[in-house]
Amino acid sequence: MKKIFLSILCLSSLLLSAQETVLPAKGQTDPIYIINATIHTGNGQVIEKGTIRVEGGKILAVGDNIPVPRSANIQVVDAAGKHVYPGLILPTSALGLVEISAVRATQDVREIGDLNPNVRALVAYNSDSKVINTLRSNGILMANVVPQGNFVAGSSSLVQLDAWNWEDAAYQADGAIHVYFPSLMARPSGGRGGMGGFGGPQASGSDPVKEGLDKIESFKQFLREAKAYHAQPTHEQTNLKFEAVKGLLNKKQKLFVHGNTVKQLLAALDFVQEFGVDLVIVGGSESYQVADLLKKYNVSVILQQPHSLPTAEDDDVDQPYKTAAALQKAGVLFSISDDDSQTRGRNLAFNAGTAAAYGLSKEEALAAITLNTAKIIGVADRTGSIEVGKDANIVVSDGDILDMRSSNVTFALIQGRKIDLTDKHKLLNQRFEEKYELNKGKKGF
Amino acid sequence: MRTFLKLLAFSFSGLSFLQTFAQPTFPENGVADPRQGYYAFTHATLVQHAKSTITNATLIVRDGKIISVGSGLPVPIGAVEIDCTNKFMYPSFVDLYAEYGMPAQQNTGRGGGFNFAQQPQLETATKGPFGWNQAIRPEVNAYASFSINDAQAKSMREAGFGTVLTHVRDGIARGTGALVTLANEKENLVVLKEKASAHYSFSKGSSTQSYPSSLMGSISLLRQTYLDAEWYKNKPASEGVNLSLKAFNENRSLPQVFEAGDKWNDLRADRIGDEFGTQYIIKAGQNEYQRIREMKSTNATFILPLNFPLAQDVEDPNDARFVSLGDMKHWELAPTMVAAFEKEGIPFCLTTSDLKSVSQFATALKKAMEYGLSETAALEALTLTPAKTLGVADMVGTLEAGKLANFLITTGPLFQDKTQLLHNWIQGIKYTIKEDAGSINGTYTLAVNGPGGTEQFTLEVKAGGATTLYAKDTLQSKLSVDGKQIKFSYAPIAKRTRGGGAPGADSTRRPTGGFGGRGMGAMTEQLPVTATRLSGLVNGSSWNGIGTDSLGNPLSWTASLVKAGEYKTDSSKRKELPVVGSLTYPLLPFGWKEDQRPKSETLLIKNATVWTNEKDGILKESDVLIKNGKIAAVGKNLSDPSARVIDGTGKHVTPGIIDEHSHIAAASINEGGQSVSSEVRIGDNLNPDDVNIYRQLSGGVTTSHILHGSANVIGGQTQLLKLRWGGNDEDLKFRAWPGQIKFALGENVKRSSSPLGNNRYPDTRMGVEQVLVDAFTRAKDYQRAWKEYDLNKGKKGFTGTAPRRDLELDALVEILEKKRFITCHSYVQSEINSAMKVAEQMGYTVNTFTHILEGYKVADKMLKHGAFVSTFSDWWAYKMEVEDAIPYNAAIMQKVGLTVAINSDDAEMARRLNQEAAKIVKYGGVTEEEALKMVTLNPAKMLHVDEKVGSLKPGKDGDIVLWSDHPLSIYAKSIYTIVDGTIYFDRAKDEQMQKEIDAERLRLVRKMNGEKRSGAPTIPAQPSYQFMHTCSDHGHSHGLLVIDADETK
Repeated sequence: MKKIFLSILCLSSLLLSAQETVLPAKGQTDPIYIINATIHTGNGQVIEKGTIRVEGGKILAVGDNIPVPRSANIQVVDAAGKHVYPGLILPTSALGLVEISAVRATQDVREIGDLNPNVRALVAYNSDSKVINTLRSNGILMANVVPQGNFVAGSSSLVQLDAWNWEDAAYQADGAIHVYFPSLMARPSGGRGGMGGFGGPQASGSDPVKEGLDKIESFKQFLREAKAYHAQPTHEQTNLKFEAVKGLLNKKQKLFVHGNTVKQLLAALDFVQEFGVDLVIVGGSESYQVADLLKKYNVSVILQQPHSLPTAEDDDVDQPYKTAAALQKAGVLFSISDDDSQTRGRNLAFNAGTAAAYGLSKEEALAAITLNTAKIIGVADRTGSIEVGKDANIVVSDGDILDMRSSNVTFALIQGRKIDLTDKHKLLNQRFEEKYELNKGKKGF
Repeated sequence: MRTFLKLLAFSFSGLSFLQTFAQPTFPENGVADPRQGYYAFTHATLVQHAKSTITNATLIVRDGKIISVGSGLPVPIGAVEIDCTNKFMYPSFVDLYAEYGMPAQQNTGRGGGFNFAQQPQLETATKGPFGWNQAIRPEVNAYASFSINDAQAKSMREAGFGTVLTHVRDGIARGTGALVTLANEKENLVVLKEKASAHYSFSKGSSTQSYPSSLMGSISLLRQTYLDAEWYKNKPASEGVNLSLKAFNENRSLPQVFEAGDKWNDLRADRIGDEFGTQYIIKAGQNEYQRIREMKSTNATFILPLNFPLAQDVEDPNDARFVSLGDMKHWELAPTMVAAFEKEGIPFCLTTSDLKSVSQFATALKKAMEYGLSETAALEALTLTPAKTLGVADMVGTLEAGKLANFLITTGPLFQDKTQLLHNWIQGIKYTIKEDAGSINGTYTLAVNGPGGTEQFTLEVKAGGATTLYAKDTLQSKLSVDGKQIKFSYAPIAKRTRGGGAPGADSTRRPTGGFGGRGMGAMTEQLPVTATRLSGLVNGSSWNGIGTDSLGNPLSWTASLVKAGEYKTDSSKRKELPVVGSLTYPLLPFGWKEDQRPKSETLLIKNATVWTNEKDGILKESDVLIKNGKIAAVGKNLSDPSARVIDGTGKHVTPGIIDEHSHIAAASINEGGQSVSSEVRIGDNLNPDDVNIYRQLSGGVTTSHILHGSANVIGGQTQLLKLRWGGNDEDLKFRAWPGQIKFALGENVKRSSSPLGNNRYPDTRMGVEQVLVDAFTRAKDYQRAWKEYDLNKGKKGFTGTAPRRDLELDALVEILEKKRFITCHSYVQSEINSAMKVAEQMGYTVNTFTHILEGYKVADKMLKHGAFVSTFSDWWAYKMEVEDAIPYNAAIMQKVGLTVAINSDDAEMARRLNQEAAKIVKYGGVTEEEALKMVTLNPAKMLHVDEKVGSLKPGKDGDIVLWSDHPLSIYAKSIYTIVDGTIYFDRAKDEQMQKEIDAERLRLVRKMNGEKRSGAPTIPAQPSYQFMHTCSDHGHSHGLLVIDADETK
């Protein structure tokens, strides 16, 4: 007998529970077959009426001619009329590090000091954050948890979003060191708007470009010394900061440089040339202007917030929406993030959808939040697409997941585990639907 | 010969120790030396004023005043004659906007903007029986702190000024200005009028008090001060002595000068003037040329500064990238401003104010003239207009009998390049600006006596000090004159190949400036060290001196005039006006050129899916006709021969999007200086130069409700806009709209995010409730007091006086009288509930709860209260009070029966409000039609404009959007956004405009680079930062060039 899982099942129980009862799923036991699906594999392919076979947490088969055995010991998910996607990956996030941004006590995201390569975001990741489940509800199954900082902020880790603790959550630990570049731009000094504008140019004597470049140079000097340190067979004194960048120097870690302006991007390219690091630009709002250089040096880009205003008054009003297409055209590997601190990342797919409205194909836009992201973070061998051998990180949506008009996630697997898509918001919704008897007269009430 | 004798007198007459005023009450330390200062200036070309020139004029001066002036008047007995043959005389200039002789300012003020991180100072720090606000200082008198400062005076005199109006530039009401001359005499004698003017501005200056913390607060404070001063005339006992209000009343009879400093501020000031029966004289900024018609409509006389922006160094494309088109265009067009005022016939004066140094004045004025300002207008703006404007034309401004002997003597017509300002006479006292060098021009016989006998040369001295010296051969020579002293050197011409003329004999050096320019300095040509060097004194037509020859032998020499030089004026060829780019409205990218401004059209959209928001619902394959700015018809097979037909096949038409909660297009948003600031009005400080207006049109928004921020419980009056991009501040306003006001509850008004804690009441939600109770209790008492007064004031025997009019309480009474509606920033259920209970107790309704993220918890109560609700689709967890916010909120409230809107509160999200509405289908399952209403008809209802906008119904405003796709889809783009039948956003045209922007940027970058290469001064590239106002509620980042207006300094 097939067990048909209808997506509404998980919602239809009137379990008025707190989120505390949303339990991480147990490991996959029975094989799962997702059938009759429109499968967007994440690598550009679309399979109509396709089947995915999942066993032991892995994708064992995908295609439109996969036989489904008659067995009581399998689970079959009929996804007729639905769209199936790889689990979305949020490439930069303070998830689990910031619960409520205005409340200082709930912030564990920015350590004191300019040079913190040894700081690890993973160890502070709160796997019980209320935000996590709201992301899963929109198809986000993994997030790269990133420390913030003044300059060298520490290492990020990719977590999967169904875990009892951070150790369980870690999908890839300490994958990248994050550096926030100085702005390399003059800022007006003093005064504010509304009362006649500000006081004019930067106070004389300070040159933010030069100061910023000096600061960046100091990090290069640090890496040079770290390199020399690691060339020594033994050390009289252990230097934790040098130890922390070992992976960066031997390409086991990537360098994520947060920056937007062309000058910042050019300064970042130096690190590829001198240290041969794997460089990823985070932010990159001006990246389209140097796309050919980025391509030449194999630098990838995480566009942090396509839903943003143009940088300059003179810019095309839709420039931030079009930047992704410009990078695609230039052949730059890029990914899309959703850095919005009011919605906490839940609109990731819609940021990609906007890029699709302004020049990307839908499958390219999907790749920007799945496979490209996995490549950039360095986990494409395990996830990011619906391909045989990869972890079964899979999302089922009623319609096009890139469009809020049709996106409605009804089913999701993380490493083959069927996760509970309940979240705090759904529970509060149920609670007050009860209060106002909004479901009275509806079926199943 | 005679000429030279007189010139001698001319040169010697002006040493200042020869003249001084006697002050009878001041004891003399020595022997009295009374003088009359009796002079006759003869044979001058005398410009009495811009429109009257007398040739062969005589000007007779005595005791510092002009006795008479006319052509060929005889020299009176007892007067010293000063021959001004070949000289020109002008009235010296008057500057109405000086700070001359005022104490140095200490700018301790907080500038502008409410600051969540700073502790408020709620009371004035000024000691004494003055008013409540530190920025209202009408009691300050410039004369009281005036002390002459000859260094300042000298630079002004060198620029041609004789009289200035000076005041203390500090505060919103700044007290009185004093009219003083620039003579270097005791203060008693130079003060012409001790209270000559009263001064105002929008800047709180050195005030450390929190209120006002916004432009609109400054406006309200000034308006309230007018009302209070009027009320104070009746000496209300309750006020005691208030010297500020007393002085404010006294100052009102003086000429009123308002430092506005910006085109929109000029209009704001003028409106205050209109309200209180005052015509301000407006001190302008540099951008008034951008709205010259509006400037004219003020009927004001303007005081124009000449500090034109310098070219920026944009050679590095990285730097150029962040310099906006608007800034570059402003650089190019700013010098046209004065000419624009002249052309438009707007009266104006010129000032040295705002220049880095007064010495730049002549150059700046010349620039204004290059860009079209006529000489006549320039002179008038520097003399008669300021004199008349200040009502002191009986003293200064022209050269007429009875006026002060304040005049300039120049070598030629005033504004010509070669003309030099020789003397600036002030109150009959001569101030030498430059010795009269031009008068030595002529041909001389030079005799040099050395060991070898006497050598004879012929010396020709030309204008500018160029010399030709020859005996048998032409020699290389160089002459310099410093006052009476002369230096001259010569040598045989060195052998070198050089075409034409004699080196040094005819220098190509051009004068460096007009009047006040540098004198004869070093020539570029260097003489050999072995040159013969002579020095001596000029003594009229003969010069005598000594020197050394090339071998070091001593020499003596004499030179005698053979023939005096002819005076030549510049050939008055009018140069072509510089070519500049066209003005756009606004002067920003995507601004309209004058002839491209969009106009209302008859538009027929055919065969589209039409979302009517009426009982017809969604009509497939239907037409919409817009005519005369209104929707004329909706249906199938419409036609109109006059219409421009737009094919809507496969596309969707919806009503224009209405954003219930926005903070764009305003100069200030938060008046946080007090917990109740209902007197402030967003509408007082609209900013039509916000590119976000255009950006939001691109997202289908046609109407935005601009709210006060959330810094305090009772914020300010809001303003509803129609996004008529390119219009002025009045054009933007939604016409005939009942006003609203912003209230706020919770964390922001408690200043929970302040790192220093909070000293401003309230600090809890308990206190927030009490602020509301208190405010409305006061409002009701006030309402009653006025009612009683109005009822009784006509009755016989009534002796009461009118209550004090209070703008703050006026707005609250409007709420009680249902003439003004509340939109209340609120989050958690306790505060929502309390706000309704206070309202019910006080007899008003909370019209709209905005944000209202816990609205779903008390939806039934809000329904019962009669409130509307406006919320975000999916924001949460950015602060404690939104911990329980859920995206199902809107749907629950809608299902309970509330009218729900989805708003932006964010300039970026406002461009995607259709998509935000779509999320309410996703989260909570409302129908698509109901979702669209949440950004169209529903906000129209809560703004009480649903009779005009929000649905497609014949007779309603022609505010619509043509979408490329289903309007709730992420793939939908606005093809046309139409307001009042006028296409303000056209996606095809937008693409064209982007190309034009690129071309215009390229042109201007090249022009700036050219300026740099030509050696003109440039400044480093200045990134064009934009200020953005927010609710101060959440932390959206808007990019590299945006500065949050609430950001800490």
